[in-house]
Amino acid sequence: MLKLERINSYYGGAHILKDLSLDVQKHEVVALLGRNGAGKSTTMKSIMGLILPKSGTITYNNQAISNLASHQICQCGIGYVPEERRIFADLSVEENLEVGRRSSQTGPINWQKEDLFDLFPNLAERRTQRGGNLSGGEQQMLTIARTLMGNPSMLLLDEPSEGIAPVIVEQLAKAIKGVKAQGLAILLSEQNMHFARLVSDRTYIIEQGSIRYEGSFSDLDQHPNIWKQYLAL
Amino acid sequence: MGFYLAQLLTGLANASSLFLIASGLSIIFGVTRIVNFAHGSFFMIGAYLAYSCVTWFDVGILGFWGSMLFAALCVAVIGGVIEILLLRRLYKSPELFQLVATFGIVLVVQDIALAIWGAEDLLGPRAPGLDRAVRILGEPIPEYDLALIVIGPLVLGLVWLLFHRTHWGILVRAATQDREMVAALGVNQQWLFTSTFMLGSFLAGLGGALQVPRESVSLLMDLSIIGEAFVVVVIGGMGSVTGAFIAAILISVLNSFGILLFPSISLLLPFLVMAVVLIVRPWGLLGKPGSGHGAPEAPQDPLRLLGKRAIWAWALILAALLTLPLADDGFLLVLMVDVLIAILFAASLQFLMGVGGMVSFGHAAYFGLGAYGAALCVKYANISMEFALVAGPVIGALGALFFGWFCVRLSGVYLAMLTLAAAQILWGIAFQWQDVTGGDDGILGLWPSEWASSQSAYFYLTLVLCSIGLMLLRRIAHSPFGYVLRGGRDSALRIEAIGLDLKAHQWMGFALVGGLAGLAGVLFAFSKGSIFPDSLSIPHSVDALIMVLLGGIQSLIGPILGAVSFILLEDWISRLDYWRFIFGTIILLIVVTAPNGLAGLLAPLWHKRRQRSGKGQSQ
Repeated sequence: MLKLERINSYYGGAHILKDLSLDVQKHEVVALLGRNGAGKSTTMKSIMGLILPKSGTITYNNQAISNLASHQICQCGIGYVPEERRIFADLSVEENLEVGRRSSQTGPINWQKEDLFDLFPNLAERRTQRGGNLSGGEQQMLTIARTLMGNPSMLLLDEPSEGIAPVIVEQLAKAIKGVKAQGLAILLSEQNMHFARLVSDRTYIIEQGSIRYEGSFSDLDQHPNIWKQYLAL
Repeated sequence: MGFYLAQLLTGLANASSLFLIASGLSIIFGVTRIVNFAHGSFFMIGAYLAYSCVTWFDVGILGFWGSMLFAALCVAVIGGVIEILLLRRLYKSPELFQLVATFGIVLVVQDIALAIWGAEDLLGPRAPGLDRAVRILGEPIPEYDLALIVIGPLVLGLVWLLFHRTHWGILVRAATQDREMVAALGVNQQWLFTSTFMLGSFLAGLGGALQVPRESVSLLMDLSIIGEAFVVVVIGGMGSVTGAFIAAILISVLNSFGILLFPSISLLLPFLVMAVVLIVRPWGLLGKPGSGHGAPEAPQDPLRLLGKRAIWAWALILAALLTLPLADDGFLLVLMVDVLIAILFAASLQFLMGVGGMVSFGHAAYFGLGAYGAALCVKYANISMEFALVAGPVIGALGALFFGWFCVRLSGVYLAMLTLAAAQILWGIAFQWQDVTGGDDGILGLWPSEWASSQSAYFYLTLVLCSIGLMLLRRIAHSPFGYVLRGGRDSALRIEAIGLDLKAHQWMGFALVGGLAGLAGVLFAFSKGSIFPDSLSIPHSVDALIMVLLGGIQSLIGPILGAVSFILLEDWISRLDYWRFIFGTIILLIVVTAPNGLAGLLAPLWHKRRQRSGKGQSQ
């Protein structure tokens, strides 16, 4: 469904992604694991056209998207949930959802605001409040909900569990599983192994801008040396 | 009592037009981050178009209001075309480019308006059905004023509904906070920007059109309203429409009462209010911190010291200049004095912007302050030129210390706006305080001392002083003081985390460039024998910006190239008919085709040469 082939991305002069390749199949949740600064967010931004890769190809449903603008990539069906959440602080919860609303349906279901309030009941109680007044966990739910309003066929979730209370993390995991059950593919970047294990089917480990390991969590458990080398702090 | 009410109502009526143009400016800034100098031009076009429509159709009430809306719609379309053809290319450029580009539009529009409507002021008809005055508490109040008082809040309400009740409006508000995220959510920014720009232009056009029954339409409308509109936007908070409304009322009402106390305060008052508001609330009444920042700047290459060859090259140029009087061409010497003064003026601005990272839209303030300071000393204290050459820069530096104290507390566009306000305050004083400054007639009879009175002697004097000024700037840019400024330009937070007081350094930087601009001003005053308020005006500040832009903001040599080409170009073009149109077009072409200025165009050639001449040199 999504395929990255030998991507090279730069921040100014710094070479961040080095010949990075990965792919995500339909209905699959893939976790991209790695330490801080390994290149997880850069991968997400490169897919989304927020950073233009200098070389390599990105295809989505066999269509090349590496030269498209962000909004066109979104219109292809990729929904992006950024690490910093990037809530529109001055807009109410409902207005934030309105920004994400797109009438065309690229994904399996056509989300309505009420569906998302069912998925994230916390948001329903706060629908008229300013986005900036929500807690971190609620803001995370709001970004996911906002992106789902665009009816994507695939989600890019960049470290959704970062800085969020454990109780809320469990709720998030439940919601993400719910989304997956609706038939969406997900590429999830994480440092929280517990959370990644809860939701993902397959993992990639990224280190210094390249993929170093690919396999399932149960395979990964068989290789404590890999775990130690790339993930342990 | 009735009299004061009448003043209040007049103030409120004035506020409506001001609000319309300022809200348009604010909306455009909020989404596109462009400080649109051409907004005054849209206001003026709106007035001219409305005048033509009203005098052409002349069909009663419906025709009148229809003409107003039609004119505003035409302006919206014009704005849309400008956005698509020009501004779209500049969203990622530094503020300087955007400002200079929109000033290029101002020049082009002025000459187009001159060609279509002529130079004479046009007096439009009164609004049919609203052409009389009603008596309120015994005072006659024009009915049209009352209509305007209603229109202001009405438009505010409509804009509010548009922004809060429509999908488009919510997208615009979201884009004001985070454009990139809006794009990542599938919204085509380009059309959002274009439509926002059209709405802003529409409001400016409507503001201009509605002035037709109240004041004559003239070619001066654009720059006379834009300064005030900037002030309203900054006081209200960039991007806030409600803020613009409150600020427009505040300014207009204060003005209509201030005029009773000090008849000549009208040019000054808005800028004084702005200075006070920014000190108390640095981001305006309803603005937000951070919304004052412009486009992210590309990281700059570090400044290099001059190599041996470059030093030889400059020595040769200097030597060639020293022999120039031998060519004995009177005109050439006068032109070269102009060029040298412009170089020093531009170099001081480039230091502030390129090294200090502080964008000044009002650098003429210090040039004019030096010139006027010296001129006033000569006129009232009867001092000699030698003493004036010391007094001028000192006064320029003191002025920069005063205004700089406020400016360094702000950043980004707010800082730039405050520098503009400072220049406008000084311009207002020079223009209105006729007893002392001579007002529009300026100060005449400033002649150099006996020994410097020949053209070649004055040329040598200018050459020596300007060279010293340039070397000083260059030396300081490479001193620890310069490192702090450059470090602060790249990251204020990191400089402060190291334990350095960045604001104090920036403040001193302000004083330094103020002194050097003041020196350029004194040299200018004595070379012309006179000084006029236009040395403090917005166009003169923009001249300096254009020179910096032409040369390229990132190099210390840039201002030299920029000033030389600017003066030569201006000298040639200003003799032509419609020179504004030609000049504006040239500016626009340069901004679009050479985003790094002339120095940027030449730099790749230079680098190629360096690479070819071997790597040993880089050690």
